[in-house]
Amino acid sequence: MDAEAAKLIGAGLAAIGAGLAAGGVGNVFGSFLQGALRNPAAADSQQGRLFIGFAAAELLGLLSFVVAMILIFVA
Amino acid sequence: MATESGKIDPMYQFEIHPLVDFNLFGYDISFTNSSLFMLLVLGVIWIFMAGGMKRDIVPGRWQMAVEGVSGFVNNMMSSSIGPEGKKYVPFVFSLFMFILVANFMGMMPFGIVPGVHTFTVTSHFTITGILALMSFSIVLIVGFWKHKLHFFSLFVPHGTPWWLLWLIPVIELFSFMVRPFSLALRLFVAMMAGHVLMKVLAGFVINGINAEALWVAPLVSVPSFILMIGITMLELLVCAIQAYVFALLTSLYINDAVNLH
Repeated sequence: MDAEAAKLIGAGLAAIGAGLAAGGVGNVFGSFLQGALRNPAAADSQQGRLFIGFAAAELLGLLSFVVAMILIFVA
Repeated sequence: MATESGKIDPMYQFEIHPLVDFNLFGYDISFTNSSLFMLLVLGVIWIFMAGGMKRDIVPGRWQMAVEGVSGFVNNMMSSSIGPEGKKYVPFVFSLFMFILVANFMGMMPFGIVPGVHTFTVTSHFTITGILALMSFSIVLIVGFWKHKLHFFSLFVPHGTPWWLLWLIPVIELFSFMVRPFSLALRLFVAMMAGHVLMKVLAGFVINGINAEALWVAPLVSVPSFILMIGITMLELLVCAIQAYVFALLTSLYINDAVNLH
C-alpha cells in the first residue's frame, strides 16, 4: 500500500477513538444527571467530581485526535 | 498538505509570525502575534480587574462580576484543599483568568477586519506546557518544603497490602509524572481541535458558495453554516470548561502536596 494512503487510513481509524470518547463523556454526564435527579440537594456538591470525570474521559478522546494529527502532519 | 479543503488551510491559523524582530545572544525573541495576543489578554484582564476593585459596600454590576469570579475560585480552593487553600488562590485565580480570557480571545471575530488574524494563545503546546509546568513545580516545591522527604509517602496510599508494595509506588509515580503532560495536552488539544473543526466547516461554506454547480451552495453551505453556529456555541462552552478543569485539577494537585492523601 502507498505510505501516504496508509497514513490517511490510520488517521481515519484514530477517529474511532474520538467517537468512543464521546460515549464516555455522555456516560459521565448521563450518570451524573441520573444521580442528581434522584437527590437534587446533593448534586451541587458533586459538580467538581463531575468535571474531573469529564476531563479524564475527554483526555483519552483528545489523545486519539493527537494521533490523527501526528499521522497527517508529522509522520 | 493533503488535508487542505480547496484553498483554505485549517492549520494556517496556528502559524506564528514575527511582528517585530528581536535577537538576543543568538536567540530569536521576536515580538510575535502570539505575544501580541498575550498582551491583549493581559490588558483585558487588567481592565476587568481594575474596574471591579472599588471596594464599595454596595457593589455595582462590574464589581459584582469580579467578586463572582474571585469568589468562584475561592470556593473551589477551599472545598478541595480546605482552610489552607487560601494561600494558593492568587496563583490559581491568575491561571484561571489567563486561560479563560485567552480562550475567549481566540474566539473573537477579529478576522472581519481584512489582514487581521485571530490567534489562540492556548492552542500551542509550548504555552500550555509552561502553564502546566508552573503548577507542577508549585506542587513539588510546596510538597518538599512542607513535608521534606515524607512527601514520598504520596506514592504509597494508605492500606496498601505489603505484597503489592513493589508495584503500587511505581504506578503512583508514573501517574504523578504524567500529570503535567495530561494537563497541558488537554487544554492545547481541546483548543486546537475546536478551531480546526470550525475552519474546516468555514471552508465548506466558502467553497460551496464559490462552486460552479449551483445546487452546492444551498445543499452544502447553508447546513454547514447552521452547524457552525451551533459549534461556535459549543466552543464557547468548551473554552470555559477547559479553563475550569485546568484550575480544578491544579487545585487537586496542590491538595495532594498540602495534605498528602
